[in-house]
Amino acid sequence: MEQLKTLGRELAMGSQGGFGQSKEFLDLVKSIGEARSKAEEDRIVLHEIETLKRRIIEPDIPKRKMKEYIIRLVYVEMLGHDASFGYIHAVKMTHDDSILLKRTGYLAVTLFLNEDHDLIILIVNTIQKDLKSDNYLVVCAALNAVCRLINEETIPAVLPQVVELLGHQKEAVRKKAIMALHRFYQRSSSSVSHLLSNFRERLCDNDPGVMGAALCPLYDLIVIDPNSYKDLVVSLVSILKQVAERRLPKSCDYHQMPAPFIQIKLLKILALLGSGDKQASEQMYMVVSDVIRKCDGSSNIGNAVLYECVCCVSAIYPNNKLLEAAAHAISNFLKSDSHNLKYMGIDALGRLIKISPEVAEQHQLAVIDCLEDRDDTLKRKTFELLYKMTKSSNVEVIVAHMIDYMISINDNHYKTEIASRCVELAEQFAPSNQWFIQTMNKVFQHAGDLVNIKVAHNLMRLIAEGFGDDDDGADSLLRLSAVESYLSIIGEPKLPSAFLQVICWVLGEYGTADGKYSASSIAGKICDVAEAHSNDNTVKAYAVTALLKIFAFEKARGRKVDMIPECQSLIEDLSASHSTDLQQRAYELQMVIDLDAQTIENIMPIDASCEDIEVDKGLSFLNGYVQQSIENGAQPYVPEHERSGLPNVSSFRSQEHHVASTHALRFEAYELPKTPVPKAPPVSQLSSSELVPVSEPSYNRDVFMMPSVQSTSDGRSDEIKLRLDGVKKKWGRPSYSSTTPSSSSSSLQKTINGVSSIDGMGGSSSKARDAYDSRNAPVEIPPEKQRLAASLFGGISKVEKRPSSIHKPTKASVYAAEKLNLETLAAGNDTSAEKSRSPPPDLLDLGEPDNDVIASLDDPFKQLEGLLEPGTSNLNATPENDIRSLYTGSTITAQSGVINTHQSNNDRLLSLNKGPNAKDSVQRDALVRQMGVNPSSSNPNLFKDLLG
Amino acid sequence: MIRAVMVMNTQGKPRLSKFYDFQPPQKQQELIRTVYSVLCSRPENVSNFVNASSIFGPDCQLVYKHYATLYFVFVYDSAENELAMLDLIQVFVETLDKCFKNVCELDVVFNYCKINTILDEIIFGGQVVETNSAEILRAVEDISKLESTASSTISLVRKPVSSWQTWQSR
Repeated sequence: MEQLKTLGRELAMGSQGGFGQSKEFLDLVKSIGEARSKAEEDRIVLHEIETLKRRIIEPDIPKRKMKEYIIRLVYVEMLGHDASFGYIHAVKMTHDDSILLKRTGYLAVTLFLNEDHDLIILIVNTIQKDLKSDNYLVVCAALNAVCRLINEETIPAVLPQVVELLGHQKEAVRKKAIMALHRFYQRSSSSVSHLLSNFRERLCDNDPGVMGAALCPLYDLIVIDPNSYKDLVVSLVSILKQVAERRLPKSCDYHQMPAPFIQIKLLKILALLGSGDKQASEQMYMVVSDVIRKCDGSSNIGNAVLYECVCCVSAIYPNNKLLEAAAHAISNFLKSDSHNLKYMGIDALGRLIKISPEVAEQHQLAVIDCLEDRDDTLKRKTFELLYKMTKSSNVEVIVAHMIDYMISINDNHYKTEIASRCVELAEQFAPSNQWFIQTMNKVFQHAGDLVNIKVAHNLMRLIAEGFGDDDDGADSLLRLSAVESYLSIIGEPKLPSAFLQVICWVLGEYGTADGKYSASSIAGKICDVAEAHSNDNTVKAYAVTALLKIFAFEKARGRKVDMIPECQSLIEDLSASHSTDLQQRAYELQMVIDLDAQTIENIMPIDASCEDIEVDKGLSFLNGYVQQSIENGAQPYVPEHERSGLPNVSSFRSQEHHVASTHALRFEAYELPKTPVPKAPPVSQLSSSELVPVSEPSYNRDVFMMPSVQSTSDGRSDEIKLRLDGVKKKWGRPSYSSTTPSSSSSSLQKTINGVSSIDGMGGSSSKARDAYDSRNAPVEIPPEKQRLAASLFGGISKVEKRPSSIHKPTKASVYAAEKLNLETLAAGNDTSAEKSRSPPPDLLDLGEPDNDVIASLDDPFKQLEGLLEPGTSNLNATPENDIRSLYTGSTITAQSGVINTHQSNNDRLLSLNKGPNAKDSVQRDALVRQMGVNPSSSNPNLFKDLLG
Repeated sequence: MIRAVMVMNTQGKPRLSKFYDFQPPQKQQELIRTVYSVLCSRPENVSNFVNASSIFGPDCQLVYKHYATLYFVFVYDSAENELAMLDLIQVFVETLDKCFKNVCELDVVFNYCKINTILDEIIFGGQVVETNSAEILRAVEDISKLESTASSTISLVRKPVSSWQTWQSR
C-alpha cells in the first residue's frame, strides 16, 4: 500500500496521462488509495460521481475523453457505487464506429448490465451488425457481448449469425461462437435444441483450440444425458490418445504438458460416459493408463491431469491395474508437502474408497495428519472423507471428532453442515441409545439453532417410539436416560430454542413416567425454562403443554395436583399473553386440571403420543344433535358446492338490511371498500337473518333489485369469500379462533365450535406431533447435502449393500425389511408425510445405482429414507464380492427384484404383528453391529489406534 | 464453469472483478468483502483452495493466489479441476507480466481495459478458451494495434509481481 501511495504521488507529479489516462483519473485513484476510512472513500467517490454526471453530458466530448469517463464509471461501480446514470452512455458507445470506443462500450455494458436490463434492446441491433463485420476482432467483441447480454427472448435475434460464425475462417471466432452457443444452451436449452449436433461437428475441427472449446458444451450435455453420447467414446478416446502422444501443435503445450486443459476435459467426459458401462470403460483403459504413465508428477498441471485420471478411474467400471495406478498416485499426493496436493489426495481417496475401501488403510496416518492440520480447507475435506468412511465400528470416534471441530468453528454455514452430518451418522450407526442421546445433546447444545427443526422432531419421535415396542424395558430405559440427561442440562444458560423444545416435550411426556421424579420438581424446572426464555413463544408453548401433560398424568393416576406458586403465576401470566396460542394453552391447562380423573384420562392418555388419532371428518357423531336442531326449526346445512353454484345471498341481503338500518342516507361511493365488511357486522347479521326468512325466489328478486350492477358483483364476491371462510373453519381442522358465526347455519356452527374446543383439548397432547407433521412435509434439504447424500448412498453403502443382499439374501433382506417396518411405523403416524412418500418396498431401493443417485437427487424424501437406511448390513460383505457383483448386470437386477417382493411380503407379515418382531429387530440390529466389527470387514484398522 | 474472477489488493480494495453470472453491484461488493475476509483469515503456506459454498452457493470452490500486493481469486464449480484453476491464475499472471514487463498493482489499476481484454481471451463466458500466454498476447496486441493505442512507455520503479517465477520452482 505504501508502495502504491508513493507511486501514485510520483505519477501524479511526474506525468500527465501516464498509462494513457488523464491526471484526474490518477488523482482519483491516488486519493482513494490514500483514504483512511470507508467514509472518506465514499465521499471521494460521490464527488467523482457528481463530476462525471456533469461532464458526461457535455456536448462534443473527444472520443478519448469519453472512453476515460466510461472507464471511470466502471471503476466507480466496482467500488460499490451506483453508476446507473452512465449506462446509457456506455450503450451509446457501442454504436460508435471507432473500434476503440466500441470495445470500451462493450466492456462497460457487459460489466454494467444484466441480460434482462431494459437497455439491452438498444444493443441487440448493434450486436447483430457487428456479428456480420469483416473485422474478426469486432466480431469477437460482439460475441463477448452476446455471451453476457443475450437473454432467452433475444436469442432468436442473433442465433442465425452465431451459427454462421461456427464456420468462420478464424479459429478464435469459431471458438467464441461455440461458447456463445453454449451460453445460449445454458440460458434456454429449448431455443438451441436443434443445433446441438454442431457441438459434435466442432469436435472434428482442425484447430485443437476449437475442439477443446466444443468439449465444454459437450460436458454439460453429457452430464444430463450420458446415454445418447455413448457413441462419442471412441472418438474421444482417440483424441485423448493423440493429445497424450503429443500429436498436437507445439503451441498447445503448457509447461511441457500437451494441452492439459483439453486432457482434463476429456477425462471428465470419459468418466461420465464410462460410469457403470463396462463396454465403454474397456475402451478407455488403455488411454487412461497411458495418460497416467505420461503425467509429470512434479508440475502442478501434471498433478491436475493425474488427479483427473484418478477421478476417471474411480468413476468408470473398475480395472485392477488402473486402480493400482490410482492408489499409487494418491499415495504420492498424500506424501507430498504441498497442502494443495494433500487436499487433492484426500479428495481422490474419498472417490476411490467407494470402489476399493482397503486403499484407505495404507493412508490412515496421512489422513489423521490432515485432520489435525491447521489448514481449514484440508480439515474439512478430511471430514468429508471420514463421513464417507463411517460405519458402526468407527462412528463414535468420527462423530466425536466432528463435534469437537463443530464446537471450535464460527462459520455458521459449515457448522450447520457438520451438525447435520453428525445427526445423520448418529441416526444411522448409533451403537447405543445412551450414546445417541448424548451425541444429540451435544449437537443441539452447540448448534441447536442451526440444525433443521426436523431433527428435533425426529429426536422426539425416536424417544417416543423407542424402537417400536411399547412395553419393553429398553424403551423406558431410553426415555429415563433422556429425562435424566435433560434434567441435568436444563439449567445451563443459552440453550438453543430447538433443544429446549425437545427438552420440554420429553419432560412433559416422560418426566414423571417412572415415578423417579416428582411432578412438582419437573414442573418447577419447566417453569424455570419458560421464565428464562420469556421472549421465545415456541418454547413457552412447549413448556405450557408439558405442564399440562404432567398435571393431567398426575391427576389421571389419581394423585392430587397441587400447583407450585411459580407455576401458578406462569399460567396467569400466559393467560394474559399477547400470543393467542399461549393464551389458549394456558386456558386449556386451567380447564383440564379441573376436570375429573376419568375425563382427563380420556383426553390426555398417558404415553399416547404415538397413537393414531382418528379424525371423523364427517363429524358423524353430531348427527343426532343436528337432527334435533333441525327439528327445532334450524336451517339445514347447505353443502359448499351448492352454495358456490348459487351464491348465497341470504347473508348479503341481511347485510344490506343491516347497512340500511344503521345509515339512513347512503351514497354509492361508499360501496367500494368492502373488504372489512364481512367481519364487521356479524352480530346484527345473525339477528337479521333470523328476521328475514330466506327462500329461493326471494333472493333471485333481490339480485335484480340491486341498485347498481357494480356494487352487486362487489358485494357478491365478498359474500362468496365470506362463505368460504366460514366453511373452512367449520369443516377444516378444529380451530380455536372464534369464527364469525354466519347467518344460515349459525346453530350448527355453534355446536361445532363447542365440540371443536373439546376436541382441541384432547388433541393438544398430539400438538407437538401435529406441528411436526405439517413441517415434515416440505422438508428442505440443502442441495449441498443432497449432493453428498447422493454420492454417499449412491456410492459406498450401495455398493456394499448389494452383494450382501445377494450372497446372504435371507439375513440382509430380513434385516432390511424389519428396518423398513420401523420406518413404516414411523411414517404411519404422520399421514401427510406418508402420502408423499413412495410405497414401502421402494424405500430400500436395490435397483440400478445410477437411477438411485438421480432419483435421490430429485426426491427429498428419498434422501430422508437414505438417512434412515441401515447401511450396517454391508459389513459382512467382502470387497471383492462388492466389485464383482455390482457389475454383473441384469441378473442382479432380476435378483434384487425378487428380493424386493420378498421384502414387501415380509413387510406385510411384520406389520401384522408389529411389536415382538420389531423388538427382535432391535436385538438383531445390535447383534449385527457387534458382529459387524470383525477384522475381515472392509476397513478395520483405520481407527484402531484411536479406538485403542 | 468459472463463476467469477476477482483481483483485490491486500487491503481488500477490488482491482478487477468479473462475474460470469450477473450479480447486482451491491451483491458484488458483498461477495468481494466476504471473500477478502476469508482470504485474510487464511494462514500462510496452506492450500490455495477454499470451499465457497457458503458465499457463492452450493458446489462452488474458490482458488486464490497471493502475488505481492494482490490476491487473484477464481471462483468455479465442480465442472473444473482445482489444480488446473490454480494454473489458470498462473496463466493470467504470467500473461500480465509479459504484457506489462513486471506487472504491479498499478498496472492493474490503470490498464483496466487491457486487463479485461486479456481476461476475455483466457476465459470466455465462464469457460477456459486459451491457456497459452503467447497466443493470448498475440490476440491482445492485435486488438491494441487495431485500436492504435499507444501503450504506456513510462517505466517507473515498480515492485514486480515476480513471485510467480519463484512459485513455479516450488
